[in-house]
Amino acid sequence: MSILVFAENWDGKFKKQTFELVSYANSLAKLLNSSVVALSIGKVEDDELKKLGNYGATKILNVSDNRLNTLDNKAFTITIAQAAIKENANIIIFPHNITGKAIASRISVRLKAGLVTGVNGLPTSTDPFTIVKKSFTSKAFANIVIKTPVKIITLFQNAFGIIESPASPVIEAFAPEINDSDIKTIVKEVNKVTGKILLTDAEIVVSGGRGMKGPENWGAIEELAKLLNGATACSRPVSDEGWRSHEEHVGQTGKIIAPNIYFACGISGAIQHLGGVSSSKYIVAINKDPEAPIFEVADYGIVGDVQKILPEIINAVKELKS
Amino acid sequence: MKILICISNVPDTTTKIKFTNNNTTFDVAGVQWIINPWDELALTRAIELKETNAGTIENITVIHVGLNTSDPTIRKALAIGADKAIRINAEAKDSYFVAAQIAEFVKKEPFDVILCGIESSDYNGFSVGGMLSELLDYPSVSALSSLEIANAEIKLKRGIDGGHEVISIVTPFVGIVQKGIAKEARIPNMRGIMMAKAKPLQVVEPVLIDNFTEFVSFEYPKPKATCKKIDPENVKELINLLHNEAKVI
Amino acid sequence: MNFEYTEEQKMIQQAAKDFAERELLHDVIERDEKSIFPTEAMKKLVELGFLGMMTDPKWGGGGMDTISYVLAMEEISKIDSSVGVVMSVSNSLVMWGLETYGNDAQKEKYLRPLATGQTIGAFLLSEPEAGSDATSQRTTAEDKGDHYLINGTKNWITNANCASTYIVIAQTYPDKKHKGINAIIVDKNTPGITLGPHEKKMGMRSSDTHSVMFNDVKIPKENRIGEDGFGFTFAMKTLDGGRIGIASQALGIASGAFERAVKYAKERKAFGTEIGNHQAIAFKLSDMAVKIENSRNLCLKAAWLKDQHLPYGIASAMAKQYCADIAMEVTTEAVQIHGGYGYVAEYHVERLMREAKLTQIYEGTSEVQKIVISRSILK
Repeated sequence: MSILVFAENWDGKFKKQTFELVSYANSLAKLLNSSVVALSIGKVEDDELKKLGNYGATKILNVSDNRLNTLDNKAFTITIAQAAIKENANIIIFPHNITGKAIASRISVRLKAGLVTGVNGLPTSTDPFTIVKKSFTSKAFANIVIKTPVKIITLFQNAFGIIESPASPVIEAFAPEINDSDIKTIVKEVNKVTGKILLTDAEIVVSGGRGMKGPENWGAIEELAKLLNGATACSRPVSDEGWRSHEEHVGQTGKIIAPNIYFACGISGAIQHLGGVSSSKYIVAINKDPEAPIFEVADYGIVGDVQKILPEIINAVKELKS
Repeated sequence: MKILICISNVPDTTTKIKFTNNNTTFDVAGVQWIINPWDELALTRAIELKETNAGTIENITVIHVGLNTSDPTIRKALAIGADKAIRINAEAKDSYFVAAQIAEFVKKEPFDVILCGIESSDYNGFSVGGMLSELLDYPSVSALSSLEIANAEIKLKRGIDGGHEVISIVTPFVGIVQKGIAKEARIPNMRGIMMAKAKPLQVVEPVLIDNFTEFVSFEYPKPKATCKKIDPENVKELINLLHNEAKVI
Repeated sequence: MNFEYTEEQKMIQQAAKDFAERELLHDVIERDEKSIFPTEAMKKLVELGFLGMMTDPKWGGGGMDTISYVLAMEEISKIDSSVGVVMSVSNSLVMWGLETYGNDAQKEKYLRPLATGQTIGAFLLSEPEAGSDATSQRTTAEDKGDHYLINGTKNWITNANCASTYIVIAQTYPDKKHKGINAIIVDKNTPGITLGPHEKKMGMRSSDTHSVMFNDVKIPKENRIGEDGFGFTFAMKTLDGGRIGIASQALGIASGAFERAVKYAKERKAFGTEIGNHQAIAFKLSDMAVKIENSRNLCLKAAWLKDQHLPYGIASAMAKQYCADIAMEVTTEAVQIHGGYGYVAEYHVERLMREAKLTQIYEGTSEVQKIVISRSILK
């Protein structure tokens, strides 16, 4: 038996989230007396692959099939399912992100394995296998039992943390059997930013709402994010107005994030917005309205004019850093 | 070309969530039900496409797994512009159960494009679309923020970390849509509401499917500690607290 | 007896609510402040079919019942009663009047464009010296053989500028008094019609209100609605239905203010607790809730009678008088609950209070409704 982790890379480097996933699998393996196998798909150098060993992976399957350079849900499904069977995996772990969610559901059917998405901790019981996930868009938690022999979960980012547990992993090339006819998606164009911290991966997120008054005032948000090595985000009205791109929208219908600090600048905190950010470890709210609901979920709050306070925060951070 | 939209019936996004029976059952008392927001956007996009490609898209069907208490939500989908509706008469047990019921129907009555919302705002499964595609052995593309159909040629835009990809695909396929696929959901007009009464809502009995997972109980999030207010004249204190107390900077 | 709304009625109510929140709320304060007509929102209101929602689909309307109309009027007026009044005048005065008493040629020419939202209608009854007293019309429609020649002035005309189709009530045979009155369909762009300036009003400022002057306006005889001298009956019958619209508008103003007051009472703290926990506020809210429930029931009863083709004139007068008076009371209390915030525009309730006042005045003052109601009791 083994636990298989889908170790996703971004431009050949593993994300923080991948290490968290391996750490999680390692803790689960200890609980079940099992071992962790990580599966990497795409071009990743051996030195980078070895890093997965730092968090407890004892075996690393490396798939470098050029047909898998871009995501085809079915081809990835076939690959991971074959690896799972080969490694006799009874638990498969995915990141709870676009890729993870897209493939986990297909593999669930292929391996007749029960799936729970958006898990945020280790199982509360291993027999029956009971695990907690957020439901009703962060308004509740659900305890779910997976009834099938093989189990699949997607782990919420920043829900578990990274735990070092050095192992000396074996790196093994793995060549899945895929027919060309299995690949039906043709990527015509890729459009992505590189070198910028991903919103869903960022430890610090600085976010602006309608209280920022207009896109011309985003300089301070960007400056603070840069200073703290974080990412920028916004509330729904802001992306709806076109002040910022939809990619930045966090909330119930946008991205769901869980950074260490979430700065809510001029965001009143509508329930739909809170659905996307309530998993943040700390929420800092800056709003001129003392009755704004954001203060009910914030850990730290400043009542005042965000345009005036943001530059002061920036100065205080600069002072701290120097 | 025939389009199928899978729709889920979920509590309005402002609903206060409560549970009964010792926290094992979601309390539906007083809940206002809506079409799952992502599914509604998928439907909106399908209607827009039908309006601009009248020759290519012959009809839009919505399908739902649930009991007749969902009928008002289904009627709304018809009022917005779906041509017909299918309700599989069973209480949804888990994502696999729902996907398998829909797959059984589609195997008998095929569709060219099947659209699902990326998640439902109640159980947040993120799974039905992917499962359905695997059950049907269709290709699937997830996190779609754009769907264009011109002369039967299909162009998709899907979200990836830090950006998007433009993809071409041939039918049949399952598209799993996120926000951005349509600008905003439509408000049904009077004509639509009137016509919805006359549109077919076909009730199909379920097939026997074993669910993979079981929802055992629910919990409420723990209340947060009260917010520590910082004097706006002393903003430095915030950074001090984040550094020394929370230790996150 | 059944108090449950049908699936369609609920859907219309939700559609109206979604429309109001999405299209009207964001600029309602600015439009009120600057007296701006909601041109863009009106286009969407038309696309959704709220103008002409009760007209027979045969003439391009929505074919909905009066209950649905009450629900839609309430939802829209909760946010913006200026849009509510455009809807009310066009639906229950102009279109209903044309559909019920017009001939097929008139319906084809005037009702169809109104019901499909290509045009908006206005109802011209009030005069500088004749408001609710419709018998003393000074505007004249002189019979010139093949046409009428209209002269006179009409006051406080809702939709005067945005409308293309007017229904004008005017005196043809002054000696016959109210039996000499006619209702005539008039194209607004007919030569001889001029508009006074936009009225500076206390509330409902973004609705379009003007006086309208007629100076030798020639209108073909085929534009007369009904038999010669039918105008007074036409006006009275039409106003019976119009009252349901205004009653529902008043209901919306009241429930809009009430919802805001409840929200505020749950948020605002004083003396260590949310103000809703103080009995002074809690009981105010309780009283408001009962009055609004009564208002809604009166509106729905009148609408139901109308839908059943039963006499509804008295019921609609009761609804109009009660809902308008309650709107005034409830909005005043809502301002009181908001305290200082209630007196500033940002919190909406002061605007709703100003809007409420008009519902006690137009389409028959509360006193006129009492005349109608008491006469029916005492006869």
